[in-house]
Amino acid sequence: MREVRTNLSVLDQNAIDLTMPRISEAGVADYIALLKPRVMSLVVFTALVGYFLAPGHAHPVMAFTSILCIAVGGGASGALNMWYEGDIDALMTRTANRPIPRGRVTRPEALTFGLVLAFFSVMTLGILVNWLAGALLAFTIFFYVVIYTIALKRWTAQNIVIGGAAGALPPVVAWAAATGSLSVEPLLLFLIIFFWTPPHFWALALFRNDDYSRAGVPMLPVVAGPDATRLQILLYTVVLVAIAVAPWPLGYFSAVYGVASLILGAGMLYFAVNVYNRRTGSAALRATRKLFAFSILYLFALFAILLLEVAVRAILPLVW
Amino acid sequence: MDNKPNPVKPEGIVLTEAQKKRQRERSLAIAWALGILVVLFFAVTMVKGPGVLVRPM
Repeated sequence: MREVRTNLSVLDQNAIDLTMPRISEAGVADYIALLKPRVMSLVVFTALVGYFLAPGHAHPVMAFTSILCIAVGGGASGALNMWYEGDIDALMTRTANRPIPRGRVTRPEALTFGLVLAFFSVMTLGILVNWLAGALLAFTIFFYVVIYTIALKRWTAQNIVIGGAAGALPPVVAWAAATGSLSVEPLLLFLIIFFWTPPHFWALALFRNDDYSRAGVPMLPVVAGPDATRLQILLYTVVLVAIAVAPWPLGYFSAVYGVASLILGAGMLYFAVNVYNRRTGSAALRATRKLFAFSILYLFALFAILLLEVAVRAILPLVW
Repeated sequence: MDNKPNPVKPEGIVLTEAQKKRQRERSLAIAWALGILVVLFFAVTMVKGPGVLVRPM
């Protein structure tokens, strides 16, 4: 029997003939794609900041082991997310080229791959580093796959608000790996990413509204409409900017970070106000795309400044 | 009577060259991953020394 696919599928021509025995032709590149390399790079970067911001001397081997485990755990989450979302990925142009909708990797293969990586990343981090970090990594994977992907994503428009916690955890896991404990600083990093997630993903959802509607994913623009989404983006951006600046007056991060955070925050607000004001035509589309692009730069720059400060503090005593 | 030897027909699933190539690639990737895991455990054991067994909660 030929696989039945909905008429809405953007990949009908790639439907697999299930009458034939399924011999995998998946290459290494297909499995790497399952890891969501771009998301993984953000996980690695934020984890690096969390790890090196932690007090104490970090041995390079331990740092490498910790970041590698967190990266592989993040990749496992991506593979398990693609395993569960194979059906809706085929309906969206943004995700239709992923290995499962293209028929390169089957869902059971992706599930096995994801579970094996999740197991090894958590156990290796627990055994070689410490069990607090291992447990936090396990919780991150569980939260992303079970709470966000399986429970929330197809059920509520608040999916990425709550689910954003999973994406915000890598620096916390890394801090725990470096110190064996938790503190205020990693929680501040967590809050910054947590409140950054809604404006970032709702900007994406605004210009990918057709994709999400077709797939029946209840993103905020699909459920509440674009105007309500624009207001939510603006409100979350105000909260984000305030939270990102707060560590400076509270004395956790330096004045350099504080000033940079103010400037970058002004940029975020500028683009969020533009999205709020420009509601029709190509101007609206351009405004959402610009906010989406700037939000990536914003988070990257904030965390890069923190990493740079750590590097300068480590290098200065050597050259001075 | 025909004395020609009967060519042995392969039974079951016969992999195509492309499938064999991809299978080889996947096997190599798994070997590399396991190798890295072994090196990682060795390196951490060297760094931590006897303390490798001390894993704080």
